[in-house]
Amino acid sequence: MERPSWVPDGVDVERPSAARVYDHYLGGLHNFAADRAMAAAAVADWPELPRIMQANRAFLRRAVRHLADQGIDQFLDIGSGIPTVGNVHEVAQAVRPDARVVYVDIDPVAVAHSRALLADDPRTGVVQADLVDVDGVLGAPATRSLLDLSRPVGLLVVALLHFVGDERRPADVLARYREALAPGSHLVISHASADGAPDRAGEHQSLYRRTATPMTMRTRDEVAGLLDGFTLVEPGLVFLPQWRPDDPSAPLTAPERFTGYAAVGRRD
Amino acid sequence: MTERVPAAPGSGRRPGADPVDTLAAAWADEVEGTSYVPMASDELQAHLRELAVMVVDAVLADPPRPEDGAEVGRRLVAAHFTGTATVERTLVMLTEQIPALYGPGTGPAVHAVTAALAAGYAATLRDRTLDEQEAIRRAVLVARHHTEQALHASEARFRAIFHEAAIGIGLGDMEGRILEVNPSMMRIFGHTADEFRRLRVSDLAHRDDARSVWELYERLVRGEIDNFRLEKRFYRRTGEEIVGHLTLSLVRDEEGRPAYQLAMLEDVTDRHRLQEHLAYQAYHDPLTTLANRARFTERLERVFAEAGPDSTRRVGVCFLDLDGFKTINDSLGHGVGDLMLQEVARRLENCTREGELVARSGGDEFVVLVEDSHGVDRLVTLADRLLAALSPPLPLAGQELSVGASIGVVEQAVRETNAVDLMRAADITLYTAKAEGRGRWAVHDPGRDEAETARFTLSAALPSAVAHGEFFVLYQPLVSLADHRVRGVEALVRWQHPRLGVLSPSLFIGPAEETGVIVALGRAVLEMACRDARDWYAEFGDGAPFVSVNVAPRQLHEPGLVAEVAALLDRTGLPSHRLQVELTERALTTDEGAPLKALDGLRAMGVRIAVDDFGTGYSNLSYLRKLPVDVIKLDGSFGEGLREEELSDEVDERIVGTLVSLGHALDLTVTAEGVETAAQATRLRALGCDEGQGWLFAPALPAADVADLLRRGAPLAVTTGR
Repeated sequence: MERPSWVPDGVDVERPSAARVYDHYLGGLHNFAADRAMAAAAVADWPELPRIMQANRAFLRRAVRHLADQGIDQFLDIGSGIPTVGNVHEVAQAVRPDARVVYVDIDPVAVAHSRALLADDPRTGVVQADLVDVDGVLGAPATRSLLDLSRPVGLLVVALLHFVGDERRPADVLARYREALAPGSHLVISHASADGAPDRAGEHQSLYRRTATPMTMRTRDEVAGLLDGFTLVEPGLVFLPQWRPDDPSAPLTAPERFTGYAAVGRRD
Repeated sequence: MTERVPAAPGSGRRPGADPVDTLAAAWADEVEGTSYVPMASDELQAHLRELAVMVVDAVLADPPRPEDGAEVGRRLVAAHFTGTATVERTLVMLTEQIPALYGPGTGPAVHAVTAALAAGYAATLRDRTLDEQEAIRRAVLVARHHTEQALHASEARFRAIFHEAAIGIGLGDMEGRILEVNPSMMRIFGHTADEFRRLRVSDLAHRDDARSVWELYERLVRGEIDNFRLEKRFYRRTGEEIVGHLTLSLVRDEEGRPAYQLAMLEDVTDRHRLQEHLAYQAYHDPLTTLANRARFTERLERVFAEAGPDSTRRVGVCFLDLDGFKTINDSLGHGVGDLMLQEVARRLENCTREGELVARSGGDEFVVLVEDSHGVDRLVTLADRLLAALSPPLPLAGQELSVGASIGVVEQAVRETNAVDLMRAADITLYTAKAEGRGRWAVHDPGRDEAETARFTLSAALPSAVAHGEFFVLYQPLVSLADHRVRGVEALVRWQHPRLGVLSPSLFIGPAEETGVIVALGRAVLEMACRDARDWYAEFGDGAPFVSVNVAPRQLHEPGLVAEVAALLDRTGLPSHRLQVELTERALTTDEGAPLKALDGLRAMGVRIAVDDFGTGYSNLSYLRKLPVDVIKLDGSFGEGLREEELSDEVDERIVGTLVSLGHALDLTVTAEGVETAAQATRLRALGCDEGQGWLFAPALPAADVADLLRRGAPLAVTTGR
């Protein structure tokens, strides 16, 4: 008998979780031995990983700030993990103090943790849902009470889509969000790719099979395909550090080593 | 506070620049990328410059302020400089750069301040680690709690479904042990949960199980099929038999291996009983439990069908009719009449042998079929035996009653005749036997003129009889079961034969149908019935009964029927809704279009259509939905089990109830035929029957008597008893 969708998977701290491994890469302490062991194994194979994760986080920060500068004051962060260091609402509220953020994750621990962390902030909310459950995300009470979907929203799907296999039709899912959001909304994505380091990516994917969230690397063209229907903001689909760096004059060495793509698209 | 004079600029110091800026830039270079800090690079520079100023101030203060160093360590952690390389490089950089920038004399103070920075950093990081680990553990607990709650809610819902399901649900393991059953399953079998758990799936076998049932089961257990459905019999705990509609499904584990078997069982015993009963009913006479006419006809036709053209097989029948049965019925009542029929049936059955089938073919007529006769002698012996069996008086209702019988005997080679001719010969021979004086048998003799003549005369006399108006109509009231008032009457035709007296339809309807006279006869009956009904309507208006007239299948094929009826209604002035047409199921279930077209035409006019003897034909209920029908008349046999005052047949009640709800579901009026006792009327009404017809209310009456009845205006048979 299939378990109904409203019953979450069991909470198993013996099994690494993508959210907590990510937290570890960012220097966070919200993780367990199993998460750290997995992170250590990954870093042993691929020493740049922490830098890549940090570059991803830095991209998120730059993208949110950019959207806030454009006037967007409501954000939907799907696959938010544990919103500790460099979280979206702090970045956004630094620019627009009234900015509201809804964090969405499927991991029940990340959700429980987020609720505890954000309990005192009435401008944030937490939803436990799956990215592909568009109605579940947009229809959740927290989403409905905090976000006004008739106005532009910053939809953040950062470092998440490589956990969504093709069989779950990620392009269709993004298209459904696009249809549901008001014109002027923006989609922020970053996506792991094997383009820069094909030899390592395979091992890395197999490592993630041990988590509840297996990994699907995609090529640049495949990532571009996910963005169909969105108008890309300058500089388009680029490697993580190349997206609107803080200091454009600073030289970037071998950006492809940060094997991940980033882009921001506008819903016209 | 006394500021220490800055030392002379060191070699690494750029002229004109604040040494703190140099220190901050070196710091940023060292730690860049060692920790993730959510700041843009200019913010990072500014932040580190602030900390550099604090460190330098702490070193240069007199005395140095290591506690400020500790504060810097704390702030590093707060800003998320938590990478291990960050603190290492920070300490190395500060101990090298400050003496270089501010003079070697700062060495001891630098050591004190950086040591405090390291301690402050470590203490803060330890506290934060403990806090964050505590937070994540609490989150795990909360998440686990939510998960358990959700699982609990899920389980509770499934439990509720399992417990409340009307269908029986059971779970077994792959060894065939029964692990769990729901209350419906316990109810169906009469076992408790504990008793079930001691059972194995194989204990649910029934001796009638087809081998395929358990072959399917074996295949399912081997994982070759995932489910199957079938109907089979089971034993209840009491040994009683039930019929269940079973769906058995295989439940596989995560690796796809068979793990459990899930049974869902619906108790369809009642439905089966009804089907069986209807099938039994179709072939048996409920009063005497003998085979009925349909069964007899089927067997007889099979004899002819099985015999090839060269067959030497011979077949015989004894057609028996009780003498004076009507008198007994009329004088002593139906109850005694029924008892007599039952006793006669018993005696007839007792004196027949292997290869002889006794059937009640209707009323007080019985027929015995001898499938392989080998000559007329056997039939004559049989006829003698039958008459002898009936000769001792019958002890009925406390009195000894005598009954006589006449028998027509026919014995012929199968290839020389057919079923229809054989029965016609038997009919005529019986008629001959009666005419020769009762209590005897007559053997059909194809060469005998009298029989031939008699038969021919009856058939041949029909057309002129119709023309001469030798037929008349009696009316049996149809009564509302709610108030026992007359709603309608059924027209029943009789032949006033100039020489033989009043003949019942059983003697002439067959020949009339065969010769086609039925069309003219039917027309005459319709005309008489409509005239009488018009007279009642003229006198009683809305209180007048409608008239229900039997129409033969043949009449429906007449192209002019609809126009004829329209003209008749017009001529007599009878409103169309006062006319009802009765047809047998057989007439309705024809595949041909003409009868249906005729019915549609009649109905369009406002004439109501009734199905007569409902339930005795093919029991094919599906046609009802498609046909233009307003009324179903339940055959009297259905109500027989409901006659007794004290005792009622549960199955009969259920069958009637089912047929009534079926009729009502189709928006039909349901009329019960053969209502003979008050108890029966009460039960039929409780079961939802709308109308009743039978001896309880009234026998068939002349039109004038119907008018008298209406004039009195009293409800019929309101008192109990007869």
